[in-house]
Amino acid sequence: MSLRYLLQRLGTLLLVLFGVSVVAFSIQPLIPGSPARIRLGVQATDENIATLERQMGLDRPLVVQYVDWVGDIVLRGDFGESLITRTSISSEIARRLPATLALAGLALLIGLAIALPLGIFSALRPGGKRDLAASIVSQVGVSVPDFWMGILLILLFAETLGWLPSSGYEPLSDGFVPWFSHMILPALTAGLISGSIMTRFVRSALLEVLGQDYVRTARAKGVGPRVVLTKHVLRNAAISIVTIIGLQMATLLSSVVVVEIIFAWPGLGSLALTSTLQRDYPVLQAAVLMAAVAFTVINLLTDLSYVLLDPSVEYA
Amino acid sequence: MTTRSSSDRSSDPGAPLGRRPVVDFLRRFLRHRLAVLGAAIILTLVIVAAFGRALAPYDPLGMDFGAVFAPPGPEHLFGTDEFGRDIFSRILYGARISLQVAFIAVGISGTLGVLLGLLAGFLGGWLDELVMRFMDVLFAFPAVLLAITIMAILGRGVGNAMIAIAIVYVPIFARVTRGAVIGVRGREFVTAARALGKRPMGVMLRHVLPNALGPIIVQTSLSLAFAILAEAALSFFGLGTQPPEPSWGRMLAEGRGFLRQAPWMGIFPGLAIMVSVMGFNFLGDGLRDLLDPRSTRS
Repeated sequence: MSLRYLLQRLGTLLLVLFGVSVVAFSIQPLIPGSPARIRLGVQATDENIATLERQMGLDRPLVVQYVDWVGDIVLRGDFGESLITRTSISSEIARRLPATLALAGLALLIGLAIALPLGIFSALRPGGKRDLAASIVSQVGVSVPDFWMGILLILLFAETLGWLPSSGYEPLSDGFVPWFSHMILPALTAGLISGSIMTRFVRSALLEVLGQDYVRTARAKGVGPRVVLTKHVLRNAAISIVTIIGLQMATLLSSVVVVEIIFAWPGLGSLALTSTLQRDYPVLQAAVLMAAVAFTVINLLTDLSYVLLDPSVEYA
Repeated sequence: MTTRSSSDRSSDPGAPLGRRPVVDFLRRFLRHRLAVLGAAIILTLVIVAAFGRALAPYDPLGMDFGAVFAPPGPEHLFGTDEFGRDIFSRILYGARISLQVAFIAVGISGTLGVLLGLLAGFLGGWLDELVMRFMDVLFAFPAVLLAITIMAILGRGVGNAMIAIAIVYVPIFARVTRGAVIGVRGREFVTAARALGKRPMGVMLRHVLPNALGPIIVQTSLSLAFAILAEAALSFFGLGTQPPEPSWGRMLAEGRGFLRQAPWMGIFPGLAIMVSVMGFNFLGDGLRDLLDPRSTRS
């Protein structure tokens, strides 16, 4: 990987992160009503509000406030404190980020466990029965609202069968089984949807490789179908599949936000909604910023992984 | 998948659409089963949205405490909710809100996105850089989270939900349009129009845009599907449509609390969302096969 390409990508990353931080910061000046009023409640006098605004530094120019806000986050990892609970936002994020990542990770695994076999099967016999079945599954998956999928799974596995808890969270420190059993339904919800979307992409990535000359040559040489699939097709389709996973992370993270809310999962998504409903804007700023940063970094890693997977990809 | 025949517009891209190409397109469209199915679903949806109130067997807002949680049956096709309101009637009525939000939101984001993409792709240079980097920034936020954030700024309500959804989908339209424009701008007929001394604005609108329309039309259909999902999600969270207005997302949120007593409350509104979204997805996929053969999935 050329150093120049790496630096160029890092430069773009910093630019996007700067933009993201400006957007996240601008939530606070854009919202109607002063944060001081939200903290003090409706009975506060104008005088009290003005005093608190001065204490919070809200009377300073926006640029100064922005630099201060970003500086605290970058230098000290300090997001300030919640307007409602008055607790540190950083520790709240530190508590919730692992929950979101665990959920997204399991959902991605479930998605891949669906998409890879289904995509491969349908690409091997395009137009066949399996292909038709896979395409129906993926069409349904693309069209199902994630929150409805969650409700259906709760209805089946929690309300009717009683196998799994319908919502909530148990920390890992209380044991693996309770932790995992609470994670299955939310992860399944996001995983089923992203799996069905990825199925279509895996299928077309494979079909493209299957049409290549070297696959025909390998077959003509008498190489068995299994070897052709593993040595020639899958290896060459790997780049497209990694791209799909990277792109899918956007949809997956969006799904996870929704799923967290339905299943009362204590992650960043449910934090964003609660803070919106409670008008707790510093918390919303932090949750939005963290999610966007995570997503931007995932995008960069996806891009860089091409080069590792395919030495023939050269970037000037 | 259908490929373009030699008599297609692609061989003579500058030519205006005559009667033949339209007939030709319609014939190919009607042979595409998925696209026809999608169009049929959308047509039904539009009819339901227009005449929902007249078609509904009950008043969608009318409460009947004698029929609370009535299961689906001949009296109430999809059952009733905790206030005895007829779910079937509410779903018919909810179609209007869903479609309204989707069409207006996609109309706004399509107009803005296409304009930005057109300018960025056609003019290039620093404008392209500026526009596309800004789109990158918007893209960096998970869609639902961005919509929630915009709702936090604007406040709850169905009008604000439209604006939020519109903003979320601007970058997609901008990227799709820019890509299509870049594919077209180097072609001979554009160079010829420029060489003839036509003004850039005229070249852009008369020659570049019409030839970049395929992917934009496809994206419009797919975005309508997304917009229906997004409106339902925002209403589900309590940020979009406010009670007692029946919206599919809101009905699901209400049903969520009564899954044990009345599971149908959690089933039928979701089914309505899924079928509508499928309609636009089918149409979008079909149109992609017909209009944009380069990006066919197989």
